[in-house]
Amino acid sequence: MLLELAGLEVAYGGIKAVKGIDLAVEKGELVCLIGANGAGKTTTLKAICGLTVPRAGHVRYAGEDITGMPSYQLVARGLAMVPEGRGIFRQLTVEENLVMGAFIRGDRPAVRRDLEHVFEIFPRLAERRAQSGGTLSGGEQQMLAIGRALMSRPRLLLLDEPSMGLAPLLVGRIFETVREIAKGGVTILLIEQNARLALEISTRGYVMESGRIALAGRATDLLADPKVREAYLGEAT
Amino acid sequence: MDIFLQQIVNGVTLGSIYALVALGYTMVYGIIGLINFAHGDVVMVGALTAFTVITGLLGAGAGLPVGAVVALGLAAAILVCTTLAFGIERVAYRPLRRAARLAPLITAIGVSIVLQNTAMMIWGRNYLRFPELWQSRRFVIAGASITSMQVAIVLVSVAVMALLLLMIHYTKLGTAMRATAQNPEVAGLMGININTAISIAFVIGAALAAAAGFMVMAYYQVAHYHMGFILGLKAFTAAVLGGIGNLGGAMLGGLLLGVVEALGAGYIGDLTFGFLGSNYQDVFAFFVLILVLIFRPLGLLGERAGDRA
Repeated sequence: MLLELAGLEVAYGGIKAVKGIDLAVEKGELVCLIGANGAGKTTTLKAICGLTVPRAGHVRYAGEDITGMPSYQLVARGLAMVPEGRGIFRQLTVEENLVMGAFIRGDRPAVRRDLEHVFEIFPRLAERRAQSGGTLSGGEQQMLAIGRALMSRPRLLLLDEPSMGLAPLLVGRIFETVREIAKGGVTILLIEQNARLALEISTRGYVMESGRIALAGRATDLLADPKVREAYLGEAT
Repeated sequence: MDIFLQQIVNGVTLGSIYALVALGYTMVYGIIGLINFAHGDVVMVGALTAFTVITGLLGAGAGLPVGAVVALGLAAAILVCTTLAFGIERVAYRPLRRAARLAPLITAIGVSIVLQNTAMMIWGRNYLRFPELWQSRRFVIAGASITSMQVAIVLVSVAVMALLLLMIHYTKLGTAMRATAQNPEVAGLMGININTAISIAFVIGAALAAAAGFMVMAYYQVAHYHMGFILGLKAFTAAVLGGIGNLGGAMLGGLLLGVVEALGAGYIGDLTFGFLGSNYQDVFAFFVLILVLIFRPLGLLGERAGDRA
């Protein structure tokens, strides 16, 4: 098991945002966590990467308990995150943003090669490599955020709402890229409101409702589940 | 003698010292949004440390060349100031990182008072006369007199600032510090230890402050436990004038403020028909601060809203 959450609880002040969830991601899987706005998905992700400290429960990663570990120590362990809202360094150039993704790596020639590799995946970024991150469109920023996370050569990639605020055509392209990255051997935990798209590229899925895991299973089963179809895929049953 | 040119020369000299100090304010503000009111007193500690080491070595008659004595004094000042600033951040500011903004600001004023009083106990309350280390040569160019001391101050300041800009813009560490200033949470996700980045900002600012303290002491040939107060306020004004958080702005603001102040001091007698003399020099800096805050609160090179971090 690469990532395992056990009884994870997170609270902001007195309000419990995550009420004790269990979740597991095996090496090589693409797992999605879907649910409505405010269900606790982003909070779960923040608890995994040390941006918020859980009130109870454990986060285990590659056999190690990383509960509450500060986020800067996680990259070296192979855990990278594409944060909600993309988190581009707006005044840094595209290239500098990518180099920051490889901050912990010392192997310069390999970093240069990976930089070119990211530019191959996203040619748009290559065209804009000297431009500051803040001048990019939403879709380009999403590409940059994903490319930046790849620059650390992660074993586990956490993606928070990559479709947010993007035009449908771009969303399709981003998801195609996510699938490609997974094929390349990176384990992915994808958080998404767009349940259909997320389930279509995932191997397994979890459905989160008001801080709890309401359903879990193989993505194909979830796509066929009447409750999921009604609540998250916008279909009448 | 041409008063205008002369005051430009004096202003640029003073302005380059303001710029060095202003960089310390602006780097710390850029990375944690704190106006570090104790920074001026770090300049004072740098000056007084250099004073003790240099006069001590000269008085001991060790026969060291003056250049070596100055180098040792400066090295000691940098060591003491960087250690001090590192410690201040750890002890006084870090525990308040998540507190309301007023708390660290008041703490900074408290640290300033502690530094001044400690310095007064160590170095006394009298003005300390700093000896003239080299026979300063004087050149006359187009009616303005320039001393070799002024040339040295401007050259050293420009060199130090150029190095800093290169470091911040072209090294991985510098890029990481800019990234931390822009978005600390995401910088952490990149593997950057934010606390280390913040400590480095304080340490670099303190090293610049030590150099500035030494130069201002050598320029006026005097040092005093209270010398950092007004100097600090003026450098802060320079940082605001250039756009606080912006390195280029601090440099520009420092130079401009030095020139404005020197010109003001040169002409205030004429402007007020002899009613006010050049001892009103300090008024100009704060007049500039008020004008900037009213008409362009973001400063000359400021881009974003002032309310960040």
